[in-house]
Amino acid sequence: METYTAGTRSAVAVRAVRRPRVSGWTAGALLVAGLIAVPLLAVIYLALAPSEDIWPHLVSTVLPRYVSTTFGLMLGVGLCTLAIGVGTAWLVTMTRFPGSRLFEVGLLLPLAMPAYIIAYVYADMLEYAGPVQGFLRQVFGWASPRDYWFPEIRSLGGAITMMSLVLYPYVYLLSRAAFLEQSVCVLEVSRTLGENPWRSFFRVALPLARPAVVVGVSLVLMETLNDFGTVDYFAVPTFTLGIYDVWLNMNSTSGAAQLAVVMLVVVLMLISAERLARRGQRYHHTSTRYRALPSVRLSGVRAVSAFLACLMPVAFGFAIPGGVLLAYAIETAPVTTGGSFIAYAVNSLTLSVGAAALAVAVGLFLAYGIRLGGGPVLRAATRFAGIGYAVPGAVLAIGVIIPFAGLDNAVDGLMRRTFGVSTGLVLSGTLFTLVFAYVVRFLALSLGTVEAGLARITIGMDGAARTLGLGPGRTLAAIHLPMMKGSILTAAILVFVDGMKELPMTMLLRPFNFDTLATYVHQFASSELLEECALGALAIVAAGILPVIALSLTIRQSRPGAKAAKSRATAATPVAIPAEP
Amino acid sequence: MKLSAFVVSVLLVGSIGSKLALAGEGEVNLYSYRQPFLIQPMLEAFTKETGIKVNVVYAEKGMLERLKAEGENSPADAVLTADIGRLNDMVEAGVLQPVHSDVLEHNIPAQYRHPDGLWFGLTTRARVILASRDRVGTEEVVTYEDLADPKLKGRVCTRSGKHVYMVSLIASVIAHVGEDKAEQWLRGVKDNLARKPQGNDRAQAKAIYEGVCDVAVANTYYMGKMATNDEKPEQKEWAESVRIVFPNQDDRGTHVNVSGAAVTRSAPNRENAIRLLEFLSGDYAQELYAEQNFEYPVKAGVPLHPLVASWGNFKADTIGLADIAGYRAAASKMVDRVGYDQATGS
Repeated sequence: METYTAGTRSAVAVRAVRRPRVSGWTAGALLVAGLIAVPLLAVIYLALAPSEDIWPHLVSTVLPRYVSTTFGLMLGVGLCTLAIGVGTAWLVTMTRFPGSRLFEVGLLLPLAMPAYIIAYVYADMLEYAGPVQGFLRQVFGWASPRDYWFPEIRSLGGAITMMSLVLYPYVYLLSRAAFLEQSVCVLEVSRTLGENPWRSFFRVALPLARPAVVVGVSLVLMETLNDFGTVDYFAVPTFTLGIYDVWLNMNSTSGAAQLAVVMLVVVLMLISAERLARRGQRYHHTSTRYRALPSVRLSGVRAVSAFLACLMPVAFGFAIPGGVLLAYAIETAPVTTGGSFIAYAVNSLTLSVGAAALAVAVGLFLAYGIRLGGGPVLRAATRFAGIGYAVPGAVLAIGVIIPFAGLDNAVDGLMRRTFGVSTGLVLSGTLFTLVFAYVVRFLALSLGTVEAGLARITIGMDGAARTLGLGPGRTLAAIHLPMMKGSILTAAILVFVDGMKELPMTMLLRPFNFDTLATYVHQFASSELLEECALGALAIVAAGILPVIALSLTIRQSRPGAKAAKSRATAATPVAIPAEP
Repeated sequence: MKLSAFVVSVLLVGSIGSKLALAGEGEVNLYSYRQPFLIQPMLEAFTKETGIKVNVVYAEKGMLERLKAEGENSPADAVLTADIGRLNDMVEAGVLQPVHSDVLEHNIPAQYRHPDGLWFGLTTRARVILASRDRVGTEEVVTYEDLADPKLKGRVCTRSGKHVYMVSLIASVIAHVGEDKAEQWLRGVKDNLARKPQGNDRAQAKAIYEGVCDVAVANTYYMGKMATNDEKPEQKEWAESVRIVFPNQDDRGTHVNVSGAAVTRSAPNRENAIRLLEFLSGDYAQELYAEQNFEYPVKAGVPLHPLVASWGNFKADTIGLADIAGYRAAASKMVDRVGYDQATGS
């Protein structure tokens, strides 16, 4: 059974057991969270620097528009990704229809597609001079834009569509993992009590999956907030566009930092509000008994609708833009292929794998620190360290440069004074700094995913393990890690795929003569030379796809009862067998 | 946790190792705001001639902040930019050093370099008016002011008012006629827009070709790139559908901007950096700029691309580029006040 109870008091006894050993872990976690928070603190420091007051101008001109546009964008992308992500996850997990096993993997594919790239592709296709409108004009004999109405792709609606198409997999991935890790008992109880499958979904499964769904949507919203490429190309005036404008056109770094800090405060408030709303509620298994999820076989109109509902996001978010890029790449392949291309791919992979490993380790360390009862300070520090994802990349990059270069210069000064030797910049402009920056930016991905996974494991397990004499580290390794393998893998892949697409921080922080696939693509994309960048963009997508597929297959097997279900299937035993403990 | 410790140490050792390798002789380190594929041929030619290796970091945003933070220990020797605004920001931030070089002073006319040698212009590009050959009379649009004339209502296209090229153009108008008149003008242009500002300069010519608008604003080299595009011949048609108008020939002249270079204050390889700048201002590189990028070389006597030459000579606005750069913030705010990018078209 799983519980969904408010204000459970059963943890009291456990707390008494774990108190003596937490201090070391808490101290370490505080230190790590503090380190990760340094770039954010640097942005705040910049915001406090004395400078021209840009607020009167902004408030009287563009700020209201920035705020309303950003709000509209977040609302639109939030709702769309929620509907697509949760809906498709439920369909492929709980029902069977033609192609449903393929869609389990396929629905993840748009994750590999950078938002700005599909924005370029769709703008090219759907603008006045593009093939779609050209075809319509030919068919209907229209001669000028005044003869007909066609939705403007470079608009708020266009931006919402583009971002929803590539961001919904976050919600899909996390809600699917949650649905898979739910035990079937609650659903059966719900059905026994007379609820139909539809109501069971809304009244039982969805509420139980809420922590995971919230993590997915908040990741989507943070990514929406920090997006520059898409909104810039579509000229949709968001807060982030405003930050860049104040920084680069009005030449006010601190004004830009002030805007960024305001944005951070809003994000923190949203996160706290959501946490407050489900304070005291617990969402975890109290049982380790699993059986294969009963999947409803759909037929007729229902099967077709389910098929279409899953097909559309994959088609529009992946197949169509991917196909266009492929066509371009074939046209221009002789021009763009070069030996250095492989080097770019290796660089991308190195950075992304490094960042994924570190981000997951840090995320796990912090999340477990909190679970051990790290206290309100650690909780707050972790929350703060995890909002780097909402900051526009280039701003966060400056937040990284300032402390790193400051440290380098301080060490250099010290060495010069004491030993007469100059050490120069040891860390600035190195891959080390770059990977650190990735971790700062993507910690939210791993932290959120790992926390959601941990939350599903009852605290009673910790208590039992600790009573039997295991320390916190061994409890984590022996009890939690095996139970949350799916969540950890998900976290790693999310960071990896985002790392492959990362652009603004890489550009600014990288060493000399260092290109990744993303920076290589960008130099052409920024000149609107879509054909020239097609091959690189495809390479990013391709490199992201393999791990995404691997992930999906692992998740399918990671369901705690999966093995039992399998053995039951081979033994063809008709009765339900309790899974291994 | 062990894996991550391993990753950290590998990265740390690896990066420090690569750092030491960079400090070698015969190198020059470049921070570039210009896309690598545009400057690579010049840099390769430089290495071939001098044996000096060029290391590049390219970024569009934040190079100035990186330079400032790195301070005296910055490995950067030189900076390349695509417009005057960034050069001016760097002068104000104090991250550049003055350079005196007979070669540079001989190659580059005085109005295209900083009086104290803090920066040097390498190429110029004119921001011109593109007019439809079919739908716009030869005398109908001849000045930037005409873009605000009600006779062009619903016929004008531009890219975003916030793009550096537009901000520089608006700043130049402010420099000449003052803020009040400039704002009136910008409101007039906004009222004439055929659609919400979008796309790059190339997209504006395309819009004229498609009949979305009749008049647009663009940098000259975009015309060269379209007119000679063998891979995408449709772009030749776009270019052929418009003619270039060099605005304000009877008064202040056409607004020009520069791409330029500067030597940083910290420059560990100062001599090599100066050699690179000298090379870029020399005949060979200047011809490459003219030939490949359709830009106007700053060095007198370097031949233009035949296509660029066919557009004819023009009178360029001679106001100091630093003066224009001083009005960039004002221009950017004006775009906000006018709500230029929110135009819906008519």
